[in-house]
Amino acid sequence: MDDLSISGKNIVPPSGGGGGLVIIKYNAGNIQSVLYALERIGMKAVVTDNHEEIKNADKVIFPGVGEANSAMQYLKERGLDELIKNLKQPVLGVCLGMQLMCKYSEENDTECLGIFDEKVMKFSPQPLKGSYKVPQIGWNTIYDLKSDLFKEVPHNSYCYFVHGYYAALGKHTIATTDYVQPYSSGLHLDNFYGLQFHPEKSAKVGEQILKNFITLI
Amino acid sequence: MFNKLYSIINFQYSPLGGGGGLTKRIIPCLDIKDGRTVKGTNFVNLRDAGDPVELGALYAQQGADELVFLDITATVEKRKTLSELVNRIAHHINIPFTVGGGISSVEDVSVLLQNGADKISVNTSAFKRPGLIKELEKQFGSQCVVLAIDTKKEEDGEWYVYLNGGRTKTEMKCTDWAKRGVELGAGEILLTSMNHDGTKAGFAIDITKELATTLPVPVIASGGGGTMQHFVDIFEEGKADAALAASIFHFKEIAIPDLKAYLKDKNIEVRI
Repeated sequence: MDDLSISGKNIVPPSGGGGGLVIIKYNAGNIQSVLYALERIGMKAVVTDNHEEIKNADKVIFPGVGEANSAMQYLKERGLDELIKNLKQPVLGVCLGMQLMCKYSEENDTECLGIFDEKVMKFSPQPLKGSYKVPQIGWNTIYDLKSDLFKEVPHNSYCYFVHGYYAALGKHTIATTDYVQPYSSGLHLDNFYGLQFHPEKSAKVGEQILKNFITLI
Repeated sequence: MFNKLYSIINFQYSPLGGGGGLTKRIIPCLDIKDGRTVKGTNFVNLRDAGDPVELGALYAQQGADELVFLDITATVEKRKTLSELVNRIAHHINIPFTVGGGISSVEDVSVLLQNGADKISVNTSAFKRPGLIKELEKQFGSQCVVLAIDTKKEEDGEWYVYLNGGRTKTEMKCTDWAKRGVELGAGEILLTSMNHDGTKAGFAIDITKELATTLPVPVIASGGGGTMQHFVDIFEEGKADAALAASIFHFKEIAIPDLKAYLKDKNIEVRI
Protein backbone atom coordinates (compact mmCIF):
# COMPACT_ATOMS: atom_id res chain seq x y z
CA MET A 1 0.00 0.00 0.00
CA ASP A 2 1.29 3.48 -0.81
CA ASP A 3 2.35 5.73 1.99
CA LEU A 4 0.02 8.64 1.58
CA SER A 5 1.23 12.08 2.42
CA ILE A 6 -1.33 14.81 2.18
CA SER A 7 -0.99 18.40 3.40
CA GLY A 8 2.17 17.48 5.21
CA LYS A 9 0.33 14.93 7.28
CA ASN A 10 1.43 11.33 7.10
CA ILE A 11 -1.44 8.94 6.99
CA VAL A 12 -0.89 5.34 7.78
CA PRO A 13 -3.51 3.18 6.16
CA PRO A 14 -5.51 1.45 8.88
CA SER A 15 -4.23 -1.97 9.72
CA GLY A 16 -7.15 -3.34 11.71
CA GLY A 17 -6.85 -3.69 15.47
CA GLY A 18 -4.35 -1.78 17.62
CA GLY A 19 -4.96 1.59 16.03
CA GLY A 20 -6.43 1.13 12.59
CA LEU A 21 -9.96 1.70 11.52
CA VAL A 22 -12.72 0.99 14.01
CA ILE A 23 -16.45 0.73 13.46
CA ILE A 24 -18.48 1.39 16.60
CA LYS A 25 -20.74 -1.50 17.52
CA TYR A 26 -24.09 -0.61 19.07
CA ASN A 27 -27.76 -1.55 18.81
CA ALA A 28 -28.26 -0.30 15.26
CA GLY A 29 -28.49 -2.10 11.97
CA ASN A 30 -26.32 -1.86 8.90
CA ILE A 31 -23.00 -2.09 10.69
CA GLN A 32 -21.85 -5.16 8.75
CA SER A 33 -22.59 -3.37 5.48
CA VAL A 34 -20.01 -0.73 6.30
CA LEU A 35 -17.45 -3.38 7.13
CA TYR A 36 -18.09 -5.17 3.81
CA ALA A 37 -17.91 -1.92 1.85
CA LEU A 38 -14.51 -1.20 3.39
CA GLU A 39 -13.39 -4.70 2.46
CA ARG A 40 -14.46 -4.06 -1.15
CA ILE A 41 -12.08 -1.10 -1.31
CA GLY A 42 -9.31 -3.11 0.31
CA MET A 43 -9.60 -1.78 3.87
CA LYS A 44 -9.86 -3.74 7.05
CA ALA A 45 -11.77 -2.56 10.08
CA VAL A 46 -12.66 -3.84 13.50
CA VAL A 47 -16.24 -3.71 14.75
CA THR A 48 -16.13 -3.08 18.50
CA ASP A 49 -17.71 -1.34 21.48
CA ASN A 50 -14.52 -1.66 23.52
CA HIS A 51 -13.56 1.78 24.84
CA GLU A 52 -9.80 1.27 24.58
CA GLU A 53 -9.99 -0.03 21.03
CA ILE A 54 -12.13 2.90 19.96
CA LYS A 55 -9.93 5.47 21.72
CA ASN A 56 -6.77 4.02 20.17
CA ALA A 57 -8.14 3.83 16.63
CA ASP A 58 -6.66 5.99 13.88
CA LYS A 59 -10.14 6.59 12.54
CA VAL A 60 -13.61 5.79 13.73
CA ILE A 61 -16.79 5.12 11.78
CA PHE A 62 -20.10 5.49 13.61
CA PRO A 63 -22.72 3.97 11.29
CA GLY A 64 -26.23 2.73 11.85
CA VAL A 65 -29.81 2.48 10.80
CA GLY A 66 -32.38 2.51 13.56
CA GLU A 67 -34.24 4.62 16.06
CA ALA A 68 -32.59 7.57 17.80
CA ASN A 69 -33.93 7.23 21.32
CA SER A 70 -33.09 3.59 21.92
CA ALA A 71 -29.72 4.11 20.27
CA MET A 72 -28.86 7.04 22.57
CA GLN A 73 -30.00 5.05 25.58
CA TYR A 74 -27.79 2.16 24.55
CA LEU A 75 -24.78 4.44 24.07
CA LYS A 76 -25.32 6.09 27.46
CA GLU A 77 -25.64 2.80 29.29
CA ARG A 78 -22.21 1.85 27.98
CA GLY A 79 -20.58 5.23 28.38
CA LEU A 80 -20.13 5.40 24.61
CA ASP A 81 -21.83 8.82 24.44
CA GLU A 82 -19.07 10.57 26.38
CA LEU A 83 -16.42 8.51 24.64
CA ILE A 84 -17.59 9.49 21.13
CA LYS A 85 -17.92 13.18 21.99
CA ASN A 86 -14.36 13.28 23.26
CA LEU A 87 -12.67 11.44 20.40
CA LYS A 88 -9.80 13.39 18.83
CA GLN A 89 -9.20 11.33 15.71
CA PRO A 90 -11.37 11.63 12.57
CA VAL A 91 -14.86 10.28 13.19
CA LEU A 92 -17.38 9.62 10.42
CA GLY A 93 -21.04 9.28 11.39
CA VAL A 94 -23.30 7.68 8.82
CA CYS A 95 -27.11 8.05 8.68
CA LEU A 96 -28.35 7.49 12.25
CA GLY A 97 -24.74 7.92 13.37
CA MET A 98 -24.72 11.42 11.88
CA GLN A 99 -28.09 12.27 13.40
CA LEU A 100 -26.92 11.14 16.83
CA MET A 101 -23.95 13.50 16.50
CA CYS A 102 -26.40 16.41 16.26
CA LYS A 103 -27.84 18.30 19.19
CA TYR A 104 -31.36 16.97 19.27
CA SER A 105 -33.65 14.67 17.29
CA GLU A 106 -37.40 14.95 16.99
CA GLU A 107 -37.44 11.17 16.78
CA ASN A 108 -38.98 10.34 20.15
CA ASP A 109 -37.79 13.68 21.53
CA THR A 110 -34.16 12.66 21.94
CA GLU A 111 -31.23 14.67 23.28
CA CYS A 112 -28.27 13.59 21.17
CA LEU A 113 -24.51 13.97 21.41
CA GLY A 114 -24.45 17.68 20.58
CA ILE A 115 -21.33 17.64 18.43
CA PHE A 116 -23.14 19.50 15.64
CA ASP A 117 -25.57 22.32 16.54
CA GLU A 118 -27.97 21.29 13.80
CA LYS A 119 -31.30 19.83 14.85
CA VAL A 120 -32.81 16.67 13.41
CA MET A 121 -36.44 16.95 12.35
CA LYS A 122 -39.06 14.74 10.75
CA PHE A 123 -39.91 15.14 7.10
CA SER A 124 -43.55 16.09 6.63
CA PRO A 125 -45.08 13.54 4.28
CA GLN A 126 -46.98 15.05 1.38
CA PRO A 127 -48.38 12.05 -0.47
CA LEU A 128 -51.32 13.87 -1.96
CA LYS A 129 -49.01 16.13 -3.89
CA GLY A 130 -47.60 13.09 -5.63
CA SER A 131 -44.17 13.26 -4.12
CA TYR A 132 -42.18 13.45 -0.91
CA LYS A 133 -42.99 10.27 0.87
CA VAL A 134 -41.52 9.48 4.26
CA PRO A 135 -39.10 7.87 4.75
CA GLN A 136 -37.14 9.13 1.78
CA ILE A 137 -35.89 5.95 0.15
CA GLY A 138 -33.64 5.98 -2.86
CA TRP A 139 -31.08 7.91 -4.83
CA ASN A 140 -30.83 11.66 -4.54
CA THR A 141 -28.14 14.19 -5.40
CA ILE A 142 -25.62 15.91 -3.16
CA TYR A 143 -24.38 19.41 -4.01
CA ASP A 144 -22.57 22.40 -2.50
CA LEU A 145 -19.80 20.01 -1.52
CA LYS A 146 -17.34 21.68 0.84
CA SER A 147 -14.87 19.13 2.12
CA ASP A 148 -12.01 16.90 1.05
CA LEU A 149 -14.38 14.10 1.93
CA PHE A 150 -15.93 14.77 -1.49
CA LYS A 151 -12.71 15.03 -3.47
CA GLU A 152 -13.26 13.70 -7.00
CA VAL A 153 -16.98 13.42 -6.29
CA PRO A 154 -18.81 15.51 -8.90
CA HIS A 155 -21.38 18.10 -7.90
CA ASN A 156 -24.85 16.49 -8.10
CA SER A 157 -23.62 12.93 -7.70
CA TYR A 158 -26.29 10.43 -6.74
CA CYS A 159 -26.13 8.79 -3.34
CA TYR A 160 -28.42 6.32 -1.59
CA PHE A 161 -30.63 7.67 1.20
CA VAL A 162 -32.98 5.93 3.62
CA HIS A 163 -34.30 8.22 6.33
CA GLY A 164 -37.40 9.77 7.79
CA TYR A 165 -35.60 12.51 9.73
CA TYR A 166 -33.17 15.13 8.46
CA ALA A 167 -30.62 17.56 9.84
CA ALA A 168 -31.43 21.16 8.99
CA LEU A 169 -28.97 23.32 7.08
CA GLY A 170 -26.53 25.07 9.38
CA LYS A 171 -23.02 26.34 9.76
CA HIS A 172 -21.59 22.82 9.75
CA THR A 173 -23.22 21.80 6.48
CA ILE A 174 -20.73 20.47 3.94
CA ALA A 175 -23.20 18.84 1.53
CA THR A 176 -26.78 19.68 0.67
CA THR A 177 -29.64 17.57 -0.67
CA ASP A 178 -33.18 18.58 -1.57
CA TYR A 179 -36.12 16.61 -0.27
CA VAL A 180 -39.22 18.55 0.80
CA GLN A 181 -36.64 21.30 1.46
CA PRO A 182 -32.87 21.60 1.24
CA TYR A 183 -31.16 19.92 4.19
CA SER A 184 -27.72 18.78 5.38
CA SER A 185 -26.57 15.59 3.71
CA GLY A 186 -23.09 16.18 5.12
CA LEU A 187 -21.82 17.89 8.29
CA HIS A 188 -18.34 18.72 9.54
CA LEU A 189 -16.85 20.22 12.69
CA ASP A 190 -13.20 19.77 13.60
CA ASN A 191 -12.48 16.02 13.55
CA PHE A 192 -16.15 15.06 13.24
CA TYR A 193 -17.83 14.30 9.92
CA GLY A 194 -21.35 13.12 9.25
CA LEU A 195 -23.16 11.81 6.16
CA GLN A 196 -26.89 11.35 5.95
CA PHE A 197 -26.69 8.99 2.98
CA HIS A 198 -25.07 5.58 2.94
CA PRO A 199 -21.65 5.69 1.25
CA GLU A 200 -21.45 1.92 1.78
CA LYS A 201 -24.47 1.51 -0.52
CA SER A 202 -23.85 4.36 -2.94
CA ALA A 203 -22.01 2.44 -5.66
CA LYS A 204 -18.78 4.03 -6.95
CA VAL A 205 -19.51 7.47 -5.51
CA GLY A 206 -19.82 6.03 -2.04
CA GLU A 207 -16.62 4.06 -2.42
CA GLN A 208 -14.79 7.24 -3.39
CA ILE A 209 -16.09 9.02 -0.29
CA LEU A 210 -15.01 6.16 1.99
CA LYS A 211 -11.59 6.15 0.34
CA ASN A 212 -11.35 9.89 0.87
CA PHE A 213 -12.18 9.55 4.55
CA ILE A 214 -9.49 6.96 4.96
CA THR A 215 -6.77 8.61 2.91
CA LEU A 216 -7.41 12.36 3.02
CA ILE A 217 -9.05 13.20 6.32
CA MET B 1 -40.16 32.56 5.79
CA PHE B 2 -37.41 32.34 3.20
CA ASN B 3 -37.19 28.62 3.69
CA LYS B 4 -40.92 28.25 3.38
CA LEU B 5 -40.88 30.12 0.13
CA TYR B 6 -38.11 27.91 -1.14
CA SER B 7 -39.98 24.76 -0.33
CA ILE B 8 -42.92 25.95 -2.36
CA ILE B 9 -40.88 27.14 -5.28
CA ASN B 10 -38.82 24.02 -5.34
CA PHE B 11 -41.74 21.72 -4.99
CA GLN B 12 -41.77 20.44 -8.53
CA TYR B 13 -38.26 21.37 -9.53
CA SER B 14 -36.54 20.41 -6.34
CA PRO B 15 -33.06 21.75 -6.85
CA LEU B 16 -31.60 24.85 -5.49
CA GLY B 17 -28.60 24.33 -7.65
CA GLY B 18 -29.06 20.64 -7.08
CA GLY B 19 -29.34 18.22 -9.94
CA GLY B 20 -32.71 16.70 -9.51
CA GLY B 21 -34.05 15.22 -6.31
CA LEU B 22 -35.10 11.70 -5.57
CA THR B 23 -35.03 9.43 -8.60
CA LYS B 24 -37.34 6.70 -9.76
CA ARG B 25 -35.72 3.34 -9.10
CA ILE B 26 -35.17 0.37 -11.38
CA ILE B 27 -35.02 -2.87 -9.42
CA PRO B 28 -34.13 -6.22 -10.95
CA CYS B 29 -35.62 -9.06 -8.97
CA LEU B 30 -33.78 -12.34 -8.61
CA ASP B 31 -35.90 -15.27 -7.55
CA ILE B 32 -33.72 -17.75 -5.73
CA LYS B 33 -34.13 -21.47 -5.51
CA ASP B 34 -31.36 -23.65 -4.08
CA GLY B 35 -28.90 -20.80 -4.46
CA ARG B 36 -29.68 -20.12 -8.13
CA THR B 37 -31.88 -17.47 -9.77
CA VAL B 38 -35.10 -18.53 -11.40
CA LYS B 39 -38.10 -16.70 -12.77
CA GLY B 40 -41.54 -18.07 -13.31
CA THR B 41 -44.20 -16.92 -15.71
CA ASN B 42 -47.39 -16.37 -13.74
CA PHE B 43 -45.55 -18.00 -10.84
CA VAL B 44 -45.06 -21.36 -12.58
CA ASN B 45 -42.66 -22.84 -15.18
CA LEU B 46 -39.37 -21.89 -13.57
CA ARG B 47 -36.31 -21.27 -15.72
CA ASP B 48 -32.74 -20.96 -14.54
CA ALA B 49 -31.07 -17.61 -15.07
CA GLY B 50 -27.74 -17.94 -13.37
CA ASP B 51 -25.76 -17.27 -10.25
CA PRO B 52 -27.39 -14.66 -8.01
CA VAL B 53 -24.19 -12.99 -6.86
CA GLU B 54 -22.72 -12.74 -10.32
CA LEU B 55 -25.96 -11.55 -11.84
CA GLY B 56 -26.55 -9.08 -9.00
CA ALA B 57 -23.07 -7.59 -9.33
CA LEU B 58 -23.58 -7.24 -13.08
CA TYR B 59 -26.86 -5.38 -12.56
CA ALA B 60 -25.25 -3.11 -9.97
CA GLN B 61 -22.48 -2.30 -12.41
CA GLN B 62 -25.03 -1.59 -15.15
CA GLY B 63 -26.84 0.94 -12.99
CA ALA B 64 -29.57 -0.98 -11.18
CA ASP B 65 -30.68 1.12 -8.21
CA GLU B 66 -31.45 -1.76 -5.89
CA LEU B 67 -31.85 -5.50 -6.03
CA VAL B 68 -34.49 -7.79 -4.63
CA PHE B 69 -33.72 -11.44 -3.85
CA LEU B 70 -36.75 -13.60 -3.24
CA ASP B 71 -36.14 -17.05 -1.88
CA ILE B 72 -39.09 -18.89 -3.34
CA THR B 73 -38.40 -22.19 -1.65
CA ALA B 74 -37.50 -20.88 1.75
CA THR B 75 -37.91 -23.59 4.35
CA VAL B 76 -36.46 -23.93 7.82
CA GLU B 77 -33.68 -26.23 6.60
CA LYS B 78 -32.76 -23.80 3.84
CA ARG B 79 -32.40 -20.81 6.20
CA LYS B 80 -28.70 -21.32 6.62
CA THR B 81 -28.15 -21.55 2.86
CA LEU B 82 -30.04 -18.29 2.42
CA SER B 83 -28.12 -16.41 5.09
CA GLU B 84 -24.86 -17.60 3.56
CA LEU B 85 -25.99 -16.41 0.16
CA VAL B 86 -27.03 -13.04 1.64
CA ASN B 87 -23.61 -12.72 3.21
CA ARG B 88 -21.94 -13.40 -0.14
CA ILE B 89 -24.19 -10.87 -1.87
CA ALA B 90 -23.43 -8.24 0.79
CA HIS B 91 -19.71 -8.70 0.27
CA HIS B 92 -19.87 -8.24 -3.48
CA ILE B 93 -22.60 -5.70 -4.19
CA ASN B 94 -22.31 -1.95 -3.63
CA ILE B 95 -26.00 -1.04 -3.87
CA PRO B 96 -28.86 -1.81 -1.47
CA PHE B 97 -30.72 -5.07 -1.57
CA THR B 98 -33.86 -6.58 -0.12
CA VAL B 99 -34.32 -10.21 0.82
CA GLY B 100 -37.68 -11.93 0.99
CA GLY B 101 -39.23 -15.36 1.10
CA GLY B 102 -40.46 -17.33 4.06
CA ILE B 103 -39.62 -14.70 6.65
CA SER B 104 -41.90 -15.08 9.64
CA SER B 105 -40.12 -13.84 12.75
CA VAL B 106 -37.91 -11.17 14.24
CA GLU B 107 -35.24 -13.85 14.53
CA ASP B 108 -35.35 -14.61 10.77
CA VAL B 109 -34.93 -10.93 10.00
CA SER B 110 -32.18 -10.43 12.52
CA VAL B 111 -30.08 -13.15 10.85
CA LEU B 112 -30.57 -11.66 7.37
CA LEU B 113 -29.77 -8.11 8.46
CA GLN B 114 -26.70 -9.28 10.36
CA ASN B 115 -25.52 -10.94 7.17
CA GLY B 116 -25.79 -7.64 5.33
CA ALA B 117 -29.31 -7.38 3.89
CA ASP B 118 -30.56 -3.78 3.84
CA LYS B 119 -34.25 -4.57 3.89
CA ILE B 120 -36.44 -7.61 4.16
CA SER B 121 -39.82 -8.25 2.61
CA VAL B 122 -42.70 -10.07 4.22
CA ASN B 123 -45.82 -11.35 2.52
CA THR B 124 -47.97 -14.32 3.62
CA SER B 125 -46.58 -14.47 7.15
CA ALA B 126 -47.44 -10.82 7.76
CA PHE B 127 -50.95 -11.32 6.43
CA LYS B 128 -51.50 -14.25 8.75
CA ARG B 129 -50.01 -12.41 11.71
CA PRO B 130 -50.05 -8.64 11.10
CA GLY B 131 -48.36 -8.05 14.45
CA LEU B 132 -45.17 -9.27 12.78
CA ILE B 133 -44.93 -5.98 10.86
CA LYS B 134 -45.18 -4.02 14.10
CA GLU B 135 -42.55 -6.19 15.77
CA LEU B 136 -40.16 -5.73 12.86
CA GLU B 137 -40.75 -2.00 12.76
CA LYS B 138 -40.06 -1.69 16.48
CA GLN B 139 -36.95 -3.80 16.33
CA PHE B 140 -35.37 -2.67 13.08
CA GLY B 141 -37.22 0.43 11.88
CA SER B 142 -39.78 0.83 9.11
CA GLN B 143 -37.08 1.65 6.55
CA CYS B 144 -36.12 -2.01 6.34
CA VAL B 145 -39.63 -3.49 6.32
CA VAL B 146 -41.07 -4.01 2.84
CA LEU B 147 -44.59 -5.37 2.66
CA ALA B 148 -44.93 -7.49 -0.49
CA ILE B 149 -48.48 -7.91 -1.73
CA ASP B 150 -49.55 -10.24 -4.53
CA THR B 151 -52.85 -9.00 -5.87
CA LYS B 152 -55.32 -9.99 -8.54
CA LYS B 153 -58.23 -8.13 -10.07
CA GLU B 154 -61.33 -10.31 -9.97
CA GLU B 155 -64.42 -10.17 -12.12
CA ASP B 156 -66.10 -7.86 -9.64
CA GLY B 157 -63.48 -5.27 -10.57
CA GLU B 158 -61.82 -5.35 -7.15
CA TRP B 159 -58.20 -6.15 -6.38
CA TYR B 160 -57.82 -8.94 -3.79
CA VAL B 161 -54.81 -10.09 -1.80
CA TYR B 162 -53.38 -13.52 -2.64
CA LEU B 163 -51.06 -15.53 -0.43
CA ASN B 164 -48.54 -18.34 -0.77
CA GLY B 165 -46.98 -17.09 -3.98
CA GLY B 166 -50.35 -16.44 -5.55
CA ARG B 167 -51.90 -19.81 -4.80
CA THR B 168 -54.34 -18.80 -2.07
CA LYS B 169 -57.06 -16.21 -2.52
CA THR B 170 -58.22 -14.08 0.39
CA GLU B 171 -61.25 -11.85 0.80
CA MET B 172 -59.06 -8.90 1.76
CA LYS B 173 -58.95 -5.99 -0.65
CA CYS B 174 -55.48 -4.93 -1.69
CA THR B 175 -55.97 -1.28 -0.76
CA ASP B 176 -57.19 -2.17 2.75
CA TRP B 177 -54.28 -4.50 3.43
CA ALA B 178 -51.72 -2.02 2.09
CA LYS B 179 -53.13 0.75 4.27
CA ARG B 180 -53.13 -1.50 7.33
CA GLY B 181 -49.59 -2.64 6.62
CA VAL B 182 -48.34 0.93 6.48
CA GLU B 183 -50.16 1.75 9.73
CA LEU B 184 -48.42 -1.21 11.34
CA GLY B 185 -45.04 0.04 10.21
CA ALA B 186 -44.21 -1.12 6.67
CA GLY B 187 -41.85 1.38 5.09
CA GLU B 188 -42.48 0.35 1.49
CA ILE B 189 -45.00 -1.64 -0.52
CA LEU B 190 -43.90 -4.09 -3.21
CA LEU B 191 -47.03 -4.56 -5.28
CA THR B 192 -47.22 -7.46 -7.74
CA SER B 193 -50.19 -7.71 -10.06
CA MET B 194 -50.86 -11.35 -10.81
CA ASN B 195 -52.96 -10.33 -13.79
CA HIS B 196 -49.91 -8.70 -15.32
CA ASP B 197 -46.99 -10.75 -14.01
CA GLY B 198 -45.26 -12.63 -16.81
CA THR B 199 -47.40 -11.11 -19.56
CA LYS B 200 -44.92 -8.40 -20.66
CA ALA B 201 -48.02 -6.36 -21.55
CA GLY B 202 -47.34 -3.51 -19.13
CA PHE B 203 -47.63 -2.89 -15.39
CA ALA B 204 -50.94 -2.56 -13.53
CA ILE B 205 -51.38 1.18 -13.71
CA ASP B 206 -54.67 1.60 -11.85
CA ILE B 207 -53.97 -0.24 -8.61
CA THR B 208 -50.40 1.05 -8.49
CA LYS B 209 -51.61 4.60 -8.88
CA GLU B 210 -54.25 4.12 -6.22
CA LEU B 211 -51.69 2.97 -3.68
CA ALA B 212 -48.90 5.31 -4.76
CA THR B 213 -51.07 8.41 -4.49
CA THR B 214 -52.77 7.55 -1.21
CA LEU B 215 -50.06 5.90 0.89
CA PRO B 216 -47.33 7.93 2.57
CA VAL B 217 -44.66 5.35 1.70
CA PRO B 218 -43.01 4.39 -1.59
CA VAL B 219 -44.69 1.85 -3.88
CA ILE B 220 -42.66 -0.53 -6.02
CA ALA B 221 -44.63 -1.75 -9.04
CA SER B 222 -44.04 -5.31 -10.16
CA GLY B 223 -45.40 -7.55 -12.87
CA GLY B 224 -45.87 -6.95 -16.57
CA GLY B 225 -42.93 -4.78 -17.59
CA GLY B 226 -42.08 -5.81 -21.15
CA THR B 227 -40.98 -2.68 -22.99
CA MET B 228 -39.16 0.49 -21.99
CA GLN B 229 -42.34 2.46 -22.57
CA HIS B 230 -44.07 0.33 -19.93
CA PHE B 231 -41.65 1.75 -17.38
CA VAL B 232 -42.40 5.29 -18.52
CA ASP B 233 -46.11 4.54 -18.13
CA ILE B 234 -45.85 3.09 -14.64
CA PHE B 235 -43.82 6.07 -13.45
CA GLU B 236 -45.82 8.79 -15.20
CA GLU B 237 -49.35 7.43 -15.06
CA GLY B 238 -49.02 4.87 -12.27
CA LYS B 239 -47.00 7.25 -10.06
CA ALA B 240 -44.84 4.33 -8.92
CA ASP B 241 -41.72 5.20 -6.95
CA ALA B 242 -39.84 2.22 -8.30
CA ALA B 243 -40.39 -0.53 -10.85
CA LEU B 244 -39.29 -4.11 -10.49
CA ALA B 245 -38.78 -6.68 -13.21
CA ALA B 246 -37.00 -9.98 -13.62
CA SER B 247 -36.97 -11.97 -16.83
CA ILE B 248 -36.65 -9.02 -19.20
CA PHE B 249 -33.38 -8.22 -17.47
CA HIS B 250 -32.24 -11.82 -16.99
CA PHE B 251 -32.77 -12.68 -20.63
CA LYS B 252 -31.30 -9.39 -21.85
CA GLU B 253 -34.48 -8.25 -23.54
CA ILE B 254 -33.95 -4.84 -21.98
CA ALA B 255 -30.54 -3.61 -20.86
CA ILE B 256 -30.59 -1.37 -17.78
CA PRO B 257 -28.38 1.38 -19.30
CA ASP B 258 -30.71 1.58 -22.33
CA LEU B 259 -33.76 1.69 -20.08
CA LYS B 260 -32.30 4.48 -17.97
CA ALA B 261 -31.34 6.50 -21.04
CA TYR B 262 -34.85 6.05 -22.40
CA LEU B 263 -36.43 7.21 -19.13
CA LYS B 264 -34.13 10.21 -18.92
CA ASP B 265 -35.03 11.11 -22.46
CA LYS B 266 -38.68 11.12 -21.36
CA ASN B 267 -37.81 13.53 -18.55
CA ILE B 268 -38.09 10.95 -15.81
CA GLU B 269 -35.58 11.45 -13.03
CA VAL B 270 -33.17 8.52 -13.00
CA ARG B 271 -29.63 7.91 -11.78
CA ILE B 272 -27.24 7.56 -14.70
